[in-house]
Amino acid sequence: MANWLCKQRTIARPNYNRWLVPPAALVIHLSIGMAYGFSVFWIPLEHAVGISESVPCDTDPGGGIVDSLRGILGYSDSGPCDWRRSALGWLYTLFFVFLGSSAAVFGQWVEREGPRKAGVYASCCWAGGFLISATGVYWHHIWLLWLGSGVIGGIGLGLGYISPVSTLIKWFPDRRGMATGMAIMGFGGGAMIGAPLADLLMKYYAGPDSVGVWETFVTLSAIYFVAMMGGAFGYRVPPLGWAPSGWQPNPKRKRMITSAHVHLNMAHKTPHFWLLWGVLCLNVSAGIGVIGVASPMLQEVFGGKLIGLDMPLKDLTVEQAAQVATIAAAFTGLLSLFNIAGRIGWASLSDYIGRKRTYFLFFSLGAVLYAAAPFAGEIKNVALFVAIFCFILTMYGGGFATIPAYLADIFGTQFVGAIHGRLLTAWSTAGVLGPVLVNYLREYQVGLGVPVAQAYNTTMYVLAGLLVMGFFCNLAMRPVAPKYYMSDEELATERRIAHEGGLENRN
Amino acid sequence: MNETGNHEHPSPLSWLLVAIAWILVGIPLLWGIFKTLGKAKLLFG
Repeated sequence: MANWLCKQRTIARPNYNRWLVPPAALVIHLSIGMAYGFSVFWIPLEHAVGISESVPCDTDPGGGIVDSLRGILGYSDSGPCDWRRSALGWLYTLFFVFLGSSAAVFGQWVEREGPRKAGVYASCCWAGGFLISATGVYWHHIWLLWLGSGVIGGIGLGLGYISPVSTLIKWFPDRRGMATGMAIMGFGGGAMIGAPLADLLMKYYAGPDSVGVWETFVTLSAIYFVAMMGGAFGYRVPPLGWAPSGWQPNPKRKRMITSAHVHLNMAHKTPHFWLLWGVLCLNVSAGIGVIGVASPMLQEVFGGKLIGLDMPLKDLTVEQAAQVATIAAAFTGLLSLFNIAGRIGWASLSDYIGRKRTYFLFFSLGAVLYAAAPFAGEIKNVALFVAIFCFILTMYGGGFATIPAYLADIFGTQFVGAIHGRLLTAWSTAGVLGPVLVNYLREYQVGLGVPVAQAYNTTMYVLAGLLVMGFFCNLAMRPVAPKYYMSDEELATERRIAHEGGLENRN
Repeated sequence: MNETGNHEHPSPLSWLLVAIAWILVGIPLLWGIFKTLGKAKLLFG
């Protein structure tokens, strides 16, 4: 088995078709992308004990920290009680913290051991995490969910996310953006498949004694394991020095695309790494903040207007409010579609207009659109408001998908997967910064007496400000100084350690 | 053949494999897009 996983076994034979690699990468990203869809389990898990209705934890409010902890863990004096949304929500935090940190820690290992081994380990972690979580639901131990899906699954997310990046960039030197965009598109789209599938499975398994979640976790574990293993064994790395026949780098864009390589341990010592860290962090902070509040924002800004009634949200009946909430859920679904489209669209476009110009468009258009959103809200133009945020989400997704190609242009391809892994800490940071900024600014505005429908206006201007900062980070990007490049000897050593060879090394 | 000695002339069979691989990945993806668009219709209904 170990032999099948070694990097040399994955070096492609002559006449290998490079277009087989993107679907292998895509299937892994589609599988791990289910992380975004975990909210589909929240309501059933809040009823895991009571089944038909949630059993609250009757812990003593003055019982101190131990009693509070028992409530969080789902145990009270009268026996097991249902988990709260806040306790379940920790899974999201764990996902993105462990995604970023495992990508940063294991990036160099992935470069050396190759994408297949990384993909296999990722599938074991992701599918194994589901199994551990299933036992957690079955025995009603929430810490098993945190450990299984949050920690172990989170490590699988990091390994799976970075596993194809370097390989795709080496297979598609002529279309780096499109190649990584095809894979990273999957991470945005995973929940679109996983969430409705999980919903169907839970309905199938639900009965008088079960909400169907642990059975769904077991089934999803099997499905994702098979799919990800298929993807991992579909990976092939190109032989050293491979290039598409007849391909030559475009001399017009040569200045911003290096043919040299910066070592992983040198990359973060350059200002370029931190400028790109800022570019990713600022772009993601703005987008992730909007995603988190998309549904309540649409409801609060437009209220009854969404169902043809000219009244604010607070004046609607329960049925009318439910109708509005359904429409707002449709809005978040639409945003996820544009997020995916942006990943493949903008990343592909960046191959033609260049990475720096692509981010200029993200930051300049993004800032204008964020600043224009309050106007669309004030004139109560739902279509304009929706169109603005759909376009913003394309640039959020495009920012994720274009960054690996930007890194390869600036730092070379030898360590691009590992450098990308370290850069993903910007995502973890943004995952905290964006939602905190948006939620606290809204609460602050409401506290000042601003009407709820206008409470997001200042937030939008602040997010536009973040994008202006990102614009200047991108503006400062220059080619890396030659002093940071690896020497030929260092490069040869690294390639030997990474088991990279020409065609003669293939088994 | 390029300078590394790697031929880049994928066989017709490999293109068939590419088509199969993309269909296998594409079907669930299209199903997900279809489900999402079905929900998104409400926004314009």
